[in-house]
Amino acid sequence: MINVESLTKEFPNKPQPLVAVDNLSFSVEEGEVFGFLGPNGAGKTTTVRMLCALIGPTRGRATINGLAVGRDDTAIRQTVGILTETPGMYDRLSAEKNLTIFARLYGVKDVTGQVQKYLRMLGLWERRLDEAGSFSKGMRQKLAIARALLHEPKVLFLDEPTSGLDPEAAKRVRDFIAELKTEGRTIFLCTHNLDEADRLCARIAIFKTRLLTVDTPANLRRRMFGRRVVFHLRLADDALAGAARQAPFVREVSRVDNKLVVTLDDPEADNPALVRLLVAAGAEVQFVGEVRHSLEDIYLQFIRETPTASEPVSAA
Amino acid sequence: MELQRIQTIIDKEWAEVFKNRLVLFTVTLLPLLFTVLPLGLLFSMRSSGSISGDVADLPPSMLEACSQLAALDCFQIYIVNQFLVLYMMMPLFIPIAIAAYSVVGEKTTRSLEPLLATPISTEELLAGKSLAAVIPAIGATWAAFALFVAGALLIGVAPAVVANLLSPVWWAAVFVVGPLLSGVAVNIALIVSSRVSDPRAAEQIAGVVIVPLIAVLFGQLAGVIILNVQFMLIAIGVLAGLNVALIIAGARLFQREAILTKWK
Repeated sequence: MINVESLTKEFPNKPQPLVAVDNLSFSVEEGEVFGFLGPNGAGKTTTVRMLCALIGPTRGRATINGLAVGRDDTAIRQTVGILTETPGMYDRLSAEKNLTIFARLYGVKDVTGQVQKYLRMLGLWERRLDEAGSFSKGMRQKLAIARALLHEPKVLFLDEPTSGLDPEAAKRVRDFIAELKTEGRTIFLCTHNLDEADRLCARIAIFKTRLLTVDTPANLRRRMFGRRVVFHLRLADDALAGAARQAPFVREVSRVDNKLVVTLDDPEADNPALVRLLVAAGAEVQFVGEVRHSLEDIYLQFIRETPTASEPVSAA
Repeated sequence: MELQRIQTIIDKEWAEVFKNRLVLFTVTLLPLLFTVLPLGLLFSMRSSGSISGDVADLPPSMLEACSQLAALDCFQIYIVNQFLVLYMMMPLFIPIAIAAYSVVGEKTTRSLEPLLATPISTEELLAGKSLAAVIPAIGATWAAFALFVAGALLIGVAPAVVANLLSPVWWAAVFVVGPLLSGVAVNIALIVSSRVSDPRAAEQIAGVVIVPLIAVLFGQLAGVIILNVQFMLIAIGVLAGLNVALIIAGARLFQREAILTKWK
């Protein structure tokens, strides 16, 4: 659905151009929720703007649903929906009027029906006649999401959808994105919220001017830290740790009090054999669990390993 | 160009702009003032039945036109004609505030990015914004002119004064030159608005458009410029050409990328 090849964006600047996005390549499948993670100024918004045909790339190619950025810009804008970093509503106009304007600009056939559908879906129907300027930040964000969906886009770009929202409002927005996921839309999610990305995204790209990595959250965990399983024993000792080390599939074993922390490549396949081995060695296994690394650990590891590039302010 | 998108922009602009009392005030007060003021002068001159000056002091061009008229009628025509430039200015004053705020205002409220993310073309966007500023100005000017003529008839001014108001010069000024000037002002205001990042700066820079017209006003008062049919035809030609050039320049100078990436 989204194909990006060597996409680069430079902004004119003296003495040399500022590189906001450098040689970016990835692809997003139809119906996939793709997380795009990176620190402030990494070039996430610039990337979204290029993919939504709002600004042109300096080099490289990108296609959205087969439409080429730079060649089919109007068609791309008709195909995608975008939630911009700031909602940017017409504050003096009602919520309904705001949506009606955009529905007409997108050439929606049943303007009234679509506006009503999304106002209801996002819980804004009762406040439809109120000025958008009177809305809370969470409501404005929901209104902006409704605006992005009015023309039923195949691809949805969400730039920091829960940024600045209180936990309750953020959860509502997140739940709505999860609902959209079930509708089979392709969602490109830019976020700082790593937990959000972990919950919603099938794959995640970590980006800081350049693409640092792209994979599923599970694969990223495996690649960065391996998978570690903790065996809680009634009484652990060095002999039991040594017994565990004898298993060919065990990569590493450490003992912490009465727990053995074992690094494995494939716990689902190896755990039963390891449990049998420990029991045979005299261990009394109380329970077994996986040590789960947060996405934050992975993200920080990648970001810290990357030298800071000089990036333009506008690339935020 | 899709008409529906242009209509939507006009609709949006009006819905926003006319919620602003200051804009409403500008759109209604100025035409009312330019209508009531000359009517008041005509009424007082007619009531007193005398003039405070000497007809001989009028510019020579005026004296030629007045050769067959009574001194009072001649003075009334002279006074009325001073408002001709103001009637040309009227559709220029009104939309500048609307148009100058148009793009830069959307930049500051951050509503421009979602708007530019729609399939609307630059030409459609600018056409919508221009028309949204020009139409109320022209409407208000024409309404004011109709009110002025009706008022003059009601006051009972001399037929020569009414005939002067309905002359080709006045008609060309109100119905052609005024709208063309309005177009020039709006297009300049839009260009300025899309190049600056502060609404006040946009309004002030765009306001400079009025200066040449003020020169015409003083030129007329001094008798250096005569607003006759020939002047109007030249003005129409120049303004029409200027409008075309500004529309082309506006579309070229409206750089989506620069607007999105350079705003603060």
